[in-house]
Amino acid sequence: MNWEDWLIVAILLSSFLPGVVIFTLAEESSRLRTSLNILGALMKMALVLVMNIAIYLGLMFELRLPLLPGVEIFLNADPLSALFATLSSVLWFLTTIYAVGYLENSPNRSHFFGYFSLCVTVTIGIAMAGNLVTFLLFYEMLTLATYPLIIHRGTTEALEAGRKYLIYAFGGGAAFLFGVIWLHTLVGLGDFSPAGFSPVMLARHHLQLKMIFLLLIAGVGVKAAIVPLHGWLPQAMIAPAPVSALLHAVAVVKAGAFGVIRIVLDVYGIKNALRLGMLPWLTLFSSITIIWGSIRALQQDDLKRRLAFSTVSQVSYITLGISLAEQPLAAAGGLVHLVHQGLMKITLFFCAGNLAETLGIHKISEMDGVGRRMPFTMAAFTIGALGMIGIPPTAGFVSKWYLCLGGLNAGNWWVIAVLASSSLLNAAYFLPILTKAWFKEQTLSWPMEKKFGSFETHWMLLVPPLVTAVIVIAAGIAVNAHISPLAWVKFIMKEYGLS
Amino acid sequence: MSTDIIYSFAGLALFFFGLFALIACSQPLKKILAVNVMSTGIFLFLVVTSYGSGRGIVDPVPQAMVLTGIVVSISTTSLALILACRIQETSNLSQFLNAGNLKSEERSGR
Amino acid sequence: MVFADPSWIVWPVAGPLVAGLLCFLIHRGSFLISLAALVLNCLAVIVLFRQFLLSGPALYNIGDWQPPLGISLVTGGPALIMLSMTAVTGLGITIYARGYFSFRIDSSTRARRHERQERFFWPLWMILLAGLNGLFLTDDIFNLYVTLELIGVSAAALAALSGKPPSQIASFRYLLVSLLGSFSYLLGVAFLYKTYAVLDLSLLTDLASAEPGVRAALALMSVGLLLKTALFPFHFWLPSAHANALAPVSAILSGLVVKGSFFLMFRLWFDVFASVIPASAYNLIGVLGAMAILWGSMQALRQQRLKLLVAYSTVSQLGYLFIAFPLAFLNGGHQAWSAVIFMAIGHACAKTAMFMATGTIFLHAGHDRINDLAGIRAYLPMSVFAYVIAGVNLMGLPPSGGFIAKWMMLTDSLAAMQWWWALVLVTGSLLAAAYVFRVVSQFFIIPSGQPTGKHRTSTGLLEWPSFILAVCSLFLGLIAPYPLQVLKINQVLTTAFYMRGGP
Repeated sequence: MNWEDWLIVAILLSSFLPGVVIFTLAEESSRLRTSLNILGALMKMALVLVMNIAIYLGLMFELRLPLLPGVEIFLNADPLSALFATLSSVLWFLTTIYAVGYLENSPNRSHFFGYFSLCVTVTIGIAMAGNLVTFLLFYEMLTLATYPLIIHRGTTEALEAGRKYLIYAFGGGAAFLFGVIWLHTLVGLGDFSPAGFSPVMLARHHLQLKMIFLLLIAGVGVKAAIVPLHGWLPQAMIAPAPVSALLHAVAVVKAGAFGVIRIVLDVYGIKNALRLGMLPWLTLFSSITIIWGSIRALQQDDLKRRLAFSTVSQVSYITLGISLAEQPLAAAGGLVHLVHQGLMKITLFFCAGNLAETLGIHKISEMDGVGRRMPFTMAAFTIGALGMIGIPPTAGFVSKWYLCLGGLNAGNWWVIAVLASSSLLNAAYFLPILTKAWFKEQTLSWPMEKKFGSFETHWMLLVPPLVTAVIVIAAGIAVNAHISPLAWVKFIMKEYGLS
Repeated sequence: MSTDIIYSFAGLALFFFGLFALIACSQPLKKILAVNVMSTGIFLFLVVTSYGSGRGIVDPVPQAMVLTGIVVSISTTSLALILACRIQETSNLSQFLNAGNLKSEERSGR
Repeated sequence: MVFADPSWIVWPVAGPLVAGLLCFLIHRGSFLISLAALVLNCLAVIVLFRQFLLSGPALYNIGDWQPPLGISLVTGGPALIMLSMTAVTGLGITIYARGYFSFRIDSSTRARRHERQERFFWPLWMILLAGLNGLFLTDDIFNLYVTLELIGVSAAALAALSGKPPSQIASFRYLLVSLLGSFSYLLGVAFLYKTYAVLDLSLLTDLASAEPGVRAALALMSVGLLLKTALFPFHFWLPSAHANALAPVSAILSGLVVKGSFFLMFRLWFDVFASVIPASAYNLIGVLGAMAILWGSMQALRQQRLKLLVAYSTVSQLGYLFIAFPLAFLNGGHQAWSAVIFMAIGHACAKTAMFMATGTIFLHAGHDRINDLAGIRAYLPMSVFAYVIAGVNLMGLPPSGGFIAKWMMLTDSLAAMQWWWALVLVTGSLLAAAYVFRVVSQFFIIPSGQPTGKHRTSTGLLEWPSFILAVCSLFLGLIAPYPLQVLKINQVLTTAFYMRGGP
């Protein structure tokens, strides 16, 4: 192995080792724990940056560990993994800062941060998985690593949410395992490649491959919260805000969406998937999810629940884009939304957490006039919300624009209709929050106000959402810059011959 | 030749009598006796095999096996007897006979 | 060269046997004697592995007496893997048992009880270990009977060690079942001897033919071994015997003892009589295994006591060992063959770890009622962690040894388009997840009120062994190529070995 291969190991270890050490730390040594966390996150970001540059220059990374004849653990870094890994590592850094501020003085922090680090390690593993077995390995580990975070509060509701999460996740995992092994016996498990498996196999095992596709998509669809497999996500809201941010923007939901991308683009290959005729179904279910999530979000008064249903809806933009992958523009819209949605949603969750932590606000009906009390938080929230609606010049506009163009090119008018109505619904559930916050007078006193010196809240809670909000704007304005997400997505598309 | 077969069948019969008693009787002592009868049946069956068909010489291997078997049987019987005595001392016998009781004891924890 | 000496093969049997006798005579140093025996055992296994990799299977006649009257010991790939499994988990159990018995509770009667239990634990455990190692190394069906009895008697005595009425009753039942099993096996041996006048397994392999006598012998031997291995529906004795024993004993019984009789069954069916046994018999065993998986898991889900839950989980996990039988028959064997061995060693590590963690929890909480164990994580984080990791192996999630085994079985069943086996395997995994997490969620509850630190008396001896074994079971999957390689070498070398005219 040369240094390039060690890089993958180093990226994984940069969060795994701090995680293991943190488990052994006493509850009181919070300074050591925080510095370990921040150090690990910074190192991971730096390493991922190095990796990105190297990939851009055309270097290859891979790491193989044989398990059984014909089955091996294979980690590699292609442009697509780099996209996900970058997103995860940057957002992990911000979430860590946020979590340190959020959980100050709360019990069981060693456990929390230990699992937090494991969670990110596993997510990076998912990003770098080079074949289905490796993906499966990390995908199942993700369930285990996130469960303690979801039930972190240890209350009955938290346990109930955790139970539901496990039922969905293990159910999905079982379907996925079944699909993987079936595929293994049928066509073998090669590495991920844009070509997928040979078309000869497709003709021979048409029906079986259809069923395998269904199993695999159902397996990852659970984490991607595609209707009707989304039930766990709104309940998981019971977890602390940094965990919600992690689930929605960095790890779990993203891992599901990323799985859909991998299966369509790399396991089956676009051509095979098209010939199989399963992609229109994926389009249909994505569309249903988009609309259904938005409608449900409209009905929620609990802020975090509204955001959760909004995630259900928004993540399916990614799968929608992928399901129209024969249109490069649509695929680009879906891929870039993987990043954009993460940035916007994490901003919104940070802000919701700030409201809950500083003022005790959990419900939208309590938000009258909150903009004056916490102007910076609400400014970040506003940017995130406008991005979700898709108003230029935010990042959300870029993804929607590309999706619409792709839909137009594909001649799918109803895709445009879905996107338009979803935007309207987004506006319908976000704009009232904004008007309440900015234009209404405060009528009630805040449920549980805490004072944090000269700032409106703890600085560690304030900085992360501001940073992500700025990135959301930047990604919207500097679309054509060399380092924008879209530019990287175009680089990925070249890899798949879609430009 | 024919005595061979008679002894073999007698051994088998003993084995199955013992088996029947082991399942049918519920008293610990009877169960221990049943196991002993079973072992005797097997030893009889084994010993008969040393008179190989028409070879005229006696094969020592089965006899060695039976001797070992008897030693094993003695030690297992004594262990079973000790356990049975202990059970009788510490708990009343009806508990053993009544499987339902055992279950409730198991469920109570501790 | 000392390490090339063939007599190393004696030590896994002789070491613990001598240690057992010494422990019986000298009470004070029992632990150190046992530890020394275990370390010697590990060393011997390493040396044997080295010899095996260098020169293939070896045969050693004790005292230079030739079979059939002498005792000969043989190494082979599967046997060595089972030996190393026993050596590693045995070491863990020994250290844990030390911690368990030296754990002092305030009440003096309980402390005295621990002292008395410890005195009998060491000799019995050492003799049990000698029996197990003997079983793995012996090639003579009558000596196998003797080792079976040795294991059965010492296991039953160990199971009664806690001295409480339920455990004594369970142990009595266990002893009777075990005797019934070994007698059934012995009668089978008698039939075989009557037919072939041979006791050696390798000779029997060559002679095996489908005669009525052989069929009867096989049926008797298999039923006896299945009784001892507690395959559904013969599992009735297992939960109460395993759950009512002391924690180190439960770990021994669930992790190792059932593997002994299973290994013998495995040799008879996959190796010696593979050519004689009809396909329907393999399928029958497979069906029983499937039922064990489902029934055991369902029962585990219903239990109110943690130790009973873990014991029922053993019933279900043993089903996995047997469900591989028809699969091996389908695809020529090698893969399912390895899967079985993998499953066995993975389960040994995981279940020992699980029972040890459960025992630690029992000692600290004073009971094992699942519903009253809320929040135990705050006191025993490491044991709970060990429990969860061991659970991961039982669920068959990657990268555990259980995952590799299940992967092999699933590929076999789907490749042969016999998807019903795969369905059972996956359902079993989901049920395992349900019963593991049913308990884990209790552990993670944070009870209202102030957390109390009064239970913080745990020692490292109680927590580390279970943790390390659990981690071993988790990462077993990643080192899968090495054991598989050993099994493969075994096939090649054994064939060559017998081609040369045998031992």
